Amino acid sequence: MKPPAFDYVRARDVAHALEVLASHGDDAAPLAGGQSLMPALNFRLAAPGVLVDLNAIGELGICTLDADGSLVAGATARHRDFETRALVAQGWPLLAHAMGWVAHVAIRNRGTIGGSLCHADPSAEWPALCVACDATVELQGPRGTRRLAAADFAQGLFTTARAPDELLVRVRFPAWPRHRRWGFREVARRRGDFALAGIACTVDVDAGVCTDARVIVFGVADGPVRAAHSEAALRGSRPDVATLRAAADAACDGLEPRSDPHAGRAWRLELVRTLTERALGDALGPAPSPAR
Amino acid sequence: MSPTCPIAMHVNDARVEAAVEPRLTLADFLRTHLKLTGTHLGCEHGVCGACTILLDGQAARACLLLAVQCDGHRVTTVEGLSPPTGLSVLQQCFRRHHALQCGYCTPGLVVTAHALLAETPRPTRAQIREAISGNLCRCTGYIPIVDAIEEAARRGST
Repeated sequence: MKPPAFDYVRARDVAHALEVLASHGDDAAPLAGGQSLMPALNFRLAAPGVLVDLNAIGELGICTLDADGSLVAGATARHRDFETRALVAQGWPLLAHAMGWVAHVAIRNRGTIGGSLCHADPSAEWPALCVACDATVELQGPRGTRRLAAADFAQGLFTTARAPDELLVRVRFPAWPRHRRWGFREVARRRGDFALAGIACTVDVDAGVCTDARVIVFGVADGPVRAAHSEAALRGSRPDVATLRAAADAACDGLEPRSDPHAGRAWRLELVRTLTERALGDALGPAPSPAR
Repeated sequence: MSPTCPIAMHVNDARVEAAVEPRLTLADFLRTHLKLTGTHLGCEHGVCGACTILLDGQAARACLLLAVQCDGHRVTTVEGLSPPTGLSVLQQCFRRHHALQCGYCTPGLVVTAHALLAETPRPTRAQIREAISGNLCRCTGYIPIVDAIEEAARRGST
């Protein structure tokens, strides 16, 4: 189908975009990469009165290294930027690796981190990655600037803490600790499809002992879920095969996966268990994680 | 109908000016306004890859871009990848390997393969398969397409 009629504003800068959002309320939709909004428009699932195009706002498109070692990503930095930039691959290898699982190259050339976070699809990689990496999102609006942990920004199915008159402008990833290992696994019906289940994990290991761990499950609930029992099973342990198995079993605790025509509840739970064990194995194994 | 917006862009190295409704997609602009019907529309939600074009040299879905967004940018369609007469090396390889049957997906695949070879001149078969994973073909079973791209790489396409 074709999109419904709307007005179009190419925002010059953040202030201009906020001005348009303030005057149109929730009738205005920010347009970042458009890889989710445009399908919704084409299907007429969305019918905003005004699109506020953020793509000409230069400062939102760049990723920089902050003085404290953080990666500061503008909201319209594209998936492909994270996939191809040495800065990301060296400093935040989990992010660079996981981008290969986000749709296809032509989509990754346009889709943005901020767009994905604000769209909040439960199958999306970015919300889970941001929680795994303790990222903070920065929102600007008429009431000023506020910063939220990625875990608090994601509020459920296609729902975030962003108010209609606010813009997500930046995402900050703290410096990657020296002893941090990571794993990422995902299963989809076809290459590049939405995840039926996926796991992003980080495991901090110092002198053979796990000092901290994040195990994030996505694709099975309304948003990214921290598998607290898995993390607890890892923390303080000297991770071995039995520990990984226990952590994988614990990843399913408290999960109530939805069933849909692609995957039933029981199979999704089995995916979570298996993918957790494999992702943790990738993180802690002697060999580097496989490319796929 | 929303008021039209003036736009100017380069399409296959020709400067194009028009006044378009904001809701007009780039794909429809190319096909109906510029009569560049090589860009095909399949699913219109970014899944099938038939409408893949190059935006500033990078593969993108023309169905997920608005024409107004491309104001000031450079668009290359499948028509822009052919020499003035005859076929490009990549297109010759598609023909030689029977990498098309009905032809509906072909423009998107040629553009996608072109973008791959521009960035990775000697891809492995795995890289080729990965690169075309976002382009659906219901005729060929893909193997001849991978063969065609592989040979184009050997022959130094692009």
